Amino acid sequence: MADVDLASGSADKRHKGTRSKKLSTRVDMTPMCDVAFLLIFFFMITTTLQRQKTMNLYLPHDVKNEDQQNKVKESQALTILMGGDNNLYYYYGIGTEAAKDPANKIVKSTYALKGGIGEVIADKWNSVIKNSGGRDSMVVIIKPTKAATYENVVSVLDDMNIYEVKKYALVPATVNDKKMINLKRAASGLPPIVDSTSAGQ
Amino acid sequence: MPKVKIARKATAVDMTPMCDVAFLLLLFFMLTTKFKPDEPVTVVTPSAISTTLLPQAKVALITISKDGRVFFGLSDQNQRTALIQNISTSYKLGLSAKEIRNYELASSVGMPIDKLKQFLQMTPQEQKKYNQEGIPVDSMHQELSQWLDYTVNVNNNDPKLKFVIKADDNTKFDVVNKVLNILKKDNHHQVHLITSMKTIPPGTPAYETAKQSGTLDSNGG
Repeated sequence: MADVDLASGSADKRHKGTRSKKLSTRVDMTPMCDVAFLLIFFFMITTTLQRQKTMNLYLPHDVKNEDQQNKVKESQALTILMGGDNNLYYYYGIGTEAAKDPANKIVKSTYALKGGIGEVIADKWNSVIKNSGGRDSMVVIIKPTKAATYENVVSVLDDMNIYEVKKYALVPATVNDKKMINLKRAASGLPPIVDSTSAGQ
Repeated sequence: MPKVKIARKATAVDMTPMCDVAFLLLLFFMLTTKFKPDEPVTVVTPSAISTTLLPQAKVALITISKDGRVFFGLSDQNQRTALIQNISTSYKLGLSAKEIRNYELASSVGMPIDKLKQFLQMTPQEQKKYNQEGIPVDSMHQELSQWLDYTVNVNNNDPKLKFVIKADDNTKFDVVNKVLNILKKDNHHQVHLITSMKTIPPGTPAYETAKQSGTLDSNGG
């Protein structure tokens, strides 16, 4: 096709007998090349171009002995409670203070970084650095209820990475936590949070 | 002045080197390509800023669907064969060679062990249409740790084996928590959660760190 054979003239007619035609040994590579590129194209399209990204999560060992448990200071902790229907509540501390006055100590927030939980983490972060020095001393306790979605959990875990919070714990919400949320909701005239199973953990 | 004669040249271009290159590339793509394994359920993963890549070898993938069904799959086909053979002998399922072959070809399977044989008897087309029940993960009756134990056995306790969870945006934390607890109980403390990429929001500590280390451009931030 693309190969124009210049050597072939009209001189053949003069020869008599059955002399075979001198054929060019060159093979036209164009179709083969076409096929090869077509196949490359196919493999390029079907191949998984971007490998999936993962987030590491370390599941700590259960410590039975209370002496070995890490104690979290009330002043350095921030607890995030996650209910169903994208409800998010938080309070400062590990719960002892908040339990006394759920209606005021527990604050409703959103998953947004700006104007939501992101700002809360940033504020807490700044105050912990100011008050107790090390930025690693801040501890965030993440407590999703059963009705919270995986997206909610990953979103908050991601916030830990975004704000570079070094210490955080993923703990399922207890019955007490749910009670506290419900007390808060009752105070603002809202029905109790939806939870798939009412029984405790 | 003599006329300058332009030599007549053939318009043909030698395609051989181009063809060589094309086949070389083709060979490369054929060897490196890994087909997307077809999943039993479509899962929309949540987005996070994490850029850690999913390890390619030795992955035990736990898929959790939107409605809380749990599926289990191994990335390595040879290990899948060993896994199903072990499961078959210890639970006396009596799987035939064809059924074992069917398991090898399936990417992730989410069936209770007692119904596994019935599921593996189906053709791959039927399997695709079949609505799998999911591996039981309730604390009273759960089979996921059996799958995990046999996987560890098949891998000869290789520490490189990675446990990866792929759950949907709308999966309830209840199920995820059950799976995490099972993993924890079986002493698998390092878990990878599959996420889709999102750009780091500007003005946050992670953004500053990325800017300093110069990795920001690759994140599209």
